Amino acid sequence: MSVARDIITVAAVPAGVFFFFAGTVGLLRFPDTLTRLHALSKADNLGLGFVVLGLLPQTGGLRDGLKLISIWMFVLLAGATVSQLIARAARQSGSGR
Amino acid sequence: MFEIALAVVVLGLAIWTIAVPDTYSATVGFIAYGLLVALIWVRLDAVDVALTEAAIGGGLGGVVLLGAAARLRGTEAMTNERPSLTVRLSAAALSASIAAALAVAILLPPNPAPTLAPEVVSNAGATGMANPVTNVLMAFRAMDTMLEKVVLLLAIVGVWSLASDQAWGGRPGPRHQADPNGVLAFLARLLPPAGIVVGIYILWTGADHPGGAFQGGAVLASMWLLVIMAGLMDTPPVRSRWLRLVLVAGPGLFLVVGLGGICFGSAFLAYPAAFAKPLILSIEAAMLLTIATTLGLLLAGAPERSAER
Repeated sequence: MSVARDIITVAAVPAGVFFFFAGTVGLLRFPDTLTRLHALSKADNLGLGFVVLGLLPQTGGLRDGLKLISIWMFVLLAGATVSQLIARAARQSGSGR
Repeated sequence: MFEIALAVVVLGLAIWTIAVPDTYSATVGFIAYGLLVALIWVRLDAVDVALTEAAIGGGLGGVVLLGAAARLRGTEAMTNERPSLTVRLSAAALSASIAAALAVAILLPPNPAPTLAPEVVSNAGATGMANPVTNVLMAFRAMDTMLEKVVLLLAIVGVWSLASDQAWGGRPGPRHQADPNGVLAFLARLLPPAGIVVGIYILWTGADHPGGAFQGGAVLASMWLLVIMAGLMDTPPVRSRWLRLVLVAGPGLFLVVGLGGICFGSAFLAYPAAFAKPLILSIEAAMLLTIATTLGLLLAGAPERSAER
């Protein structure tokens, strides 16, 4: 049982790290604000989701698991909102860079 | 390994924050620095300090600095001259000598180092609370904590004193406008119910686990500011009676309980043993309101508009 849990963790956490890495590469390499936001928001939301998924089998109980999931939900909510606001500010300022 | 990487990144970020010429970049660097310092406190097992650092150093302090940077942006373009080399060198020398003095104090402690930690641990049961940090703050060094709250009061008086004569007693900060169907208004309706629960939970759990009035108050203040920035609510006029009552509630109740300690107990701020926990919790509850309101008003700034508008 504990081996199965460890396998889930070992598979999911590196997958999350990969998406964070991809998002960071996108942030550094993409040419303008909107494409950089696109890389960051999607890749980081998915990356954190995989990290949380990988940590869930290691939690002490239902309570800790729910806390982890709600952290992910709050990050999704905040990330989506902030991305919208940054994109709008970039469009209004007209620079797009 | 992780600690070394963290230390290198924090030092690099600190140097970058000092070296970068424009105010906005330095502010962003400082916010990231605050969040990484919070991570260091977690690694040092000082979760209480980490919570405060993340909420104040990374969160509310960052917003205050961003606001200041936005106000300075207009003047910054005009003043291009930099301070002379002598001024910069003496500032660097002064900062370096302060850092060196701190390093000596931390790296060369007398052996054995003076510590009150064992006494704190052995007296942990006296107040009925299990979190040693809360015990120190609210019982063993209650005087310091009470005076900190008075300092917060002085800070808000200092900010308000910058108001012009016409605006005195009016509402702090500009009136925020946002699209009522926009994403910010949506977040300001969705997040506060959860945020208020989290803030009160952090206060409540502070009795036995990391947490407390300051951290919870910072969360509540950020929820209040979110609603104000989304334009759903206006800042209250500073002349309003209830606002001033809330601002003095925390230190006031602390002072009353402290004076009660003289009448019914042994000394100023001595809690009667049977009522220690309920008394401390009610002081913390009053302080939660005071801290949340004070932090929110500190960020809103000096009164700028009359109360009617």
